[in-house]
Order: sequence, then C-alpha cells, then structure tokens
Amino acid sequence: MSDKIKNIDGITKESTQAMIDDALAAYPEKGKKKRAPHLGVNDQGSGSACVKSNKKTVPGVMSARGCAYAGAKGVVWGPIRDMVHVSHGPVGCGWYSWGTRRNLVSGINGVTQFAMQFTSDFQEKDIVYGGDKKLKTLLEEAVGLFPLAKGISVLSECPVGLIGDDINSVAKQSSKELDLPIIPCNCEGFRGVSQSLGHHISNDTIRDYIIETREFAEPSSPYDIALIGDYNIGGDVWSAKALLEEIGLNVKSVWTGDGELEKIAATHQVKLNLIHCYRSMNYMCKVMEEKYGIPWLEFNFFGPTKIRQSLRAIAERFDDTIKENVERVIAKYDPIMQAIIDEYKPRLDGKKVMLLVGGLRPRHTIGAYEDLGMECVGSGYEFAHTDDYDRTASEMPDATVVYDDPSEYEFEKFAHALKPDLIGSGIKEKYVFQKMGIPFRQMHSWDYSGPYHAYQGFEIFARDVDMAVNSPTWKLVKAPF
Amino acid sequence: MRQIAIYGKGGIGKSTTTQNTVAGLASIGKKVMIVGCDPKADSTRLILHAKAQNTVMDLVRELGTVEDLELEEVMKVGYGEVKCVESGGPEPGVGCAGRGVITAINFLEENGAYTPDLDFVFYDVLGDVVCGGFAMPIREGKAEEIYIVTSGEMMAMYAANNIAKGILKYASSGKVRLGGLICNSRNTDREDELIEALARKLGTQMIYFVPRDNQVQRAELRRMTVIEYSPEHKQAQEYRTLAQKIAENKMLVIPTPLEMEELEELLMEFGVMEVEDETIVGVAEKAA
Repeated sequence: MSDKIKNIDGITKESTQAMIDDALAAYPEKGKKKRAPHLGVNDQGSGSACVKSNKKTVPGVMSARGCAYAGAKGVVWGPIRDMVHVSHGPVGCGWYSWGTRRNLVSGINGVTQFAMQFTSDFQEKDIVYGGDKKLKTLLEEAVGLFPLAKGISVLSECPVGLIGDDINSVAKQSSKELDLPIIPCNCEGFRGVSQSLGHHISNDTIRDYIIETREFAEPSSPYDIALIGDYNIGGDVWSAKALLEEIGLNVKSVWTGDGELEKIAATHQVKLNLIHCYRSMNYMCKVMEEKYGIPWLEFNFFGPTKIRQSLRAIAERFDDTIKENVERVIAKYDPIMQAIIDEYKPRLDGKKVMLLVGGLRPRHTIGAYEDLGMECVGSGYEFAHTDDYDRTASEMPDATVVYDDPSEYEFEKFAHALKPDLIGSGIKEKYVFQKMGIPFRQMHSWDYSGPYHAYQGFEIFARDVDMAVNSPTWKLVKAPF
Repeated sequence: MRQIAIYGKGGIGKSTTTQNTVAGLASIGKKVMIVGCDPKADSTRLILHAKAQNTVMDLVRELGTVEDLELEEVMKVGYGEVKCVESGGPEPGVGCAGRGVITAINFLEENGAYTPDLDFVFYDVLGDVVCGGFAMPIREGKAEEIYIVTSGEMMAMYAANNIAKGILKYASSGKVRLGGLICNSRNTDREDELIEALARKLGTQMIYFVPRDNQVQRAELRRMTVIEYSPEHKQAQEYRTLAQKIAENKMLVIPTPLEMEELEELLMEFGVMEVEDETIVGVAEKAA
C-alpha cells in the first residue's frame, strides 16, 4: 500500500545484517543454521518475504508460540458468544484459556452474556477407558444448564487425539438427539507447528458443519457484508462495525468476535467479506469465494491513514451512495483525528517501536504508529506464513529487521541493539523488557485497554502509547546495564 | 524377590503357562504374586477359580479416582497363597490400555503390594507390545528377567524375535535380561530342535519344552491349573519341572535378535517356510 521507500537514520542493510549475525553467533552450528533463514533484512520495494516461516520451533529456544488448541479455542471458536465451548481433555487447557483473550461479548449480563465454557476434566480413568461416554453426558448437561445456547463446539486437547477417541461420532449422534449443532474440532495441541494449524482446522469445521445451515431472516440488500477475522479484543468489533454502518453497509455477521452462530451460518448470503485478520480466516474467505462467489477484501482499521485508504478501497466495491458516504465520513473524522495527532505527536515524534505479535498486527499497526510520528524498527510474527511476510515487506521501513518466531534471546538482543522507545508484544515478553527499562504494551490483549480499531479506537491507542512511552516511571528506574 | 515378565505372541498360551508355572513354584513353597497386564484380565482365573477378578482399572472407574482405591479391594489370594492382581482396561477400540497398565503398576508400588516376603512376581503381558504401557513391566526397577513363550509355528517365532529386539532396547539402558524361551508345543515337526536352534541364535536357551496335553484343557474347564486339578498327572510334573528350572536359572543374557533374512533361513532350514520364488511376486493371475 505504501508507495515510497521509508528509511530510518542509522539503519542500513549492512547494520541490520551485522546485528542478526551477532545474535546468531551465540548459537551452536545446528541451531544457527536453522534460525538464520528466519531472521531477515526487509527489502521494502520487493513486496516479498525476507524470512522463512511456519516451521517447527528450534528445540531449546524460548518461543512465544501457542498450540493448535489455542488457535481453535482462543481465536476462532472461543469468541462466538451464544455457544458452549467445550475444552475436551484435562482441566488445565480449559482453565487457562477461560476468557483470557479479552474477546468481549454483548448481551444481558448473566443471561445471554455468559462465558459458556466447559471442560470434560479428564481423569486417569477417562484416558484408560476413553472419554466418549463422558463427552456425551457433558453435552446433555450443557444443554440442560444453558438452554439458550445455539450450539456447542468440542475442542480436543492432546490426550483425546493420543487415545483415539471418536469425538466426531459422539458429536454427530448427540447433535441429532439434542437437536443442536455440535461441532467436533480435532485441534489437538501437538498437531502442527503453532496455533496457526488450529485456525485452519477451525475454518475447516466451519466449512463442514456451519456455513449454509441457516438463512438471514431479513431480505437481502446490495450492502450486505460480513466482518471476518475481528475477534472483538477490548471491543474492536463494536468500533469497526459502527464505522462500517456509518458508511452505509449492513454488517450481517461477525467472525467471530461477539459472534452469533446462526449469523455465521448464514454468511454465504452476503455480498462481500471484509477480512481483518488474514492469517486466521483467509481459508473460509477462499471457500466462500469458490463456493458462493463472494469476493473478499483485506482492510486495515488501525490509524487514520490506513482507515482512509481502506474505506476508499471498500467503497470501490460499491455504488456511488457508499462512495459519497465514505468521503463524508472521512471528512467528518479527519479533523477529529488531526486533533488527536496534534495532541500526541509532539510527544511521540521520532520514537521507535518494535513489534512481535500474532496474525496481523505486526504489519497492520505500523501505520497507526506512523500517524503518531513513530517509526517501526523491527517486526515479526509468532506463527505467520510466507503470504503474511509478503504483505509485511511494503509496510516496514527499508532495511529494518524482520524476525519469525524469534526466541526470547534474539528479541532481547535486537532490543539492546535498536534501543526502541516502545515494544509491543505479549504477556510472555512484557516483564523481560520492562525490567530492561523499556516501555511495553501487550498488543495481543491491548493490555486491558481497547478498542484500538477504527476511528474510535485510534484515540485510545494514541493515549495508551503516549502513556507507556512518556510515563515518568522510566526516569525513576535504572536498569543495571 | 525376582520379578519375571512373560511375553509371547497372542494366543500362544502365556496365561496358561504362567499360572501353571506359578502353581508349580507355589507347590514347592515359594511365595508368588501374579500381575496381569492385559485388558482381557484372564491372567489369574486358574489360580482364583474365578471367571474374572475385579481389576484395578475397573475399580478406578467405579470410584472415579485411583487415590480412593485400597489394595485389598484388588488383590485376591488363590491356590498356594498366590497373590493375584489384574490391571484391567478398556474393551478393544477405545481408550488407552497401555496407560491402564502404567496406572495399575504405579498403584501397586505406591500401596506396598511388593512385600519383602515375596520370592517371585510374575507379569503376564498382552501379546503385542504395541506401546510404552506394555513395556512398563520391564522398565527400570521392575522385571529384570524375561521368558518368551513360543512354539514351532512361524508367527510365534517372528513374535519371539521381535520381543527379543524390545528386550535389547531396554537391556542397553537397564538391567533387563532374557532368561530363555519356553516352548509351548504345538506338535509341529522337529519343534524342539527348531526352538533350540532359535534360542542359540538369540544367545539364550530353550529353558523347557512343554509337551502338548489335553489335560491342560480339562483343568481349564474347571478353572484350575493342572497342578491343582491333577497333581499326579504327568503334565503337572512337566510344569513343576519348568518351575524348578526357572527357580534355578542363572543364564540371563542380553539377546542377539536375528535379522529378518536370518530368521527366514532358519525357518526354511526346518521346512516351516518355503523358499520364495521372487519371479511370481506382484504378478497377477491373468498376466502370468
């Protein structure tokens, strides 16, 4: 999307390569050989990936990755608000994934807004005798306890796959008996190299069990769209949806933040799929394109520059009514956004940020930092694939470092060299960098803040970034190095 | 205390041989415990005269957790004061039988089933060592002595050789050793010579040749060992001799398993297997 090459003072292809070589020097030969292709120097003009990705993590390094179950439970299925989500296996996976991703939901508190999360709490006997009977009982009890639930997802943890329980046949039978969609998802954590496979498996189950099983009640209109790959972290969906509605589109369903099963099931009737997180939902967009002829469009709602570009790109897919709406909306928000920039930019101008996040943020948020005058000096993903890195090249300034599934050591090493003013990453990295005296924001969960999407979100984003970077705390602590 | 594991191809007569041997040891005053490591749970019925004993895993399932289980509930005493335990496990096709064996043996250890007065502990293990669970009896600190039950039939010998490979793996990291082959005769030609030849190649011995006798089945119908049913019968004497040999056995070796070709040569030498005509392999009837 960016047409001009961005450069950063003091960062050249040679300096970045030297920094990478320095980090690799600590590894034994075998580890070095494996890690080297995952650390690269960005060639902004190339528009293609400078690193290898989606490979098994090198044993012995501290990786920030999750597992296939995490991708299914935490990302794709978990946010759907009107379903019971069953973590099938021992209790730990279910407990530690209980509402931790901050995918908010609407509804009446305690009635229709309730985290309907179950675990089958596997015991020794369930491993030995199999857990299929327990699952069947659990499904019956779940329906009894939550009569308003529209469906149940059954998300396999590792042992279920190891002992070969047939959750698919239990789901099929119980679905018939209970007259409710029950979706078995074979997302055992040991499968694949990261949470990415969990996204894919979950997309496949939506394809196999959900899509086309319902119809929208209202008559269709040419402005019907679906918002795909927004998980409503800190309320992102609500600000993104409000903006899309303001330009005249009907957001018929959201995948899957604050999502509703029956609307997701009827998504085959929309006219366009707008996809935010490409990594986790591109699979279903492609399925809907092939099967129902629904086009899809990637967009970016972080920061006014990208919002403006995205709104105009969206408008191109519709008639003049929408185009006019978009221009009107941009004209309305431009001064509001400028006021925010005027307030924060003087304090953030020239500050440097490093990112390590998940599906889309390592590239999508760069524009928002740039709106505030900041520069991104390094970025990387936990579980991205080549197509993500292709999309990242043009967003990153030229000659900056790109790191795929970096180890804690590499990330630290780069931070020492680049001396960023802010690091945006996850809970596992947070305290490492704060102890180094570097301001930090958790950019998976928006650090208990949000929303950051759309116009509404930019104000909060700007405030949070300023709060982190310019906190007087950092002047009071001295790192011992 | 000597801990002994009995392995062999499924259906070869491991449970029958084990229980008759144990009865033989008991008849000469030895204190023995049998631990059945097979979800079928038929390792103790001849000693207990029971159809099926309450297994560890069955009770765990009933109680919900292994922590609530008491040793007395799963340990029964039968003929000759032989102590009997069955691990139990799921019916075929569900769950994880291997984990059942691990759970059961851990339970026995933690609850003091291995008392110092025992002379022998026998593990009767499922025919196919399909996963780690069924190797549990020969892990560190458990059985250090293994006997393989076989016959002169081809598949039984294949299985014996495969088991020897497994023992070799565990022998290199621990103390487990092969004590010998027990030939449970199927009346094939030159069976004793063949098994002796196999034993030599494996670096071990044929510790005993148990002849075939229908008295074993007559005793089994009464859910008894031959030794208890007809102590004077010649077959009872055979098992007593086997028991005596095991009690006195000092030949414990790390086996030298055969390569497949070597094993096949041996089988051809004894006429159990015919020389293969490579020219007919993969050629359909019509094409020939």
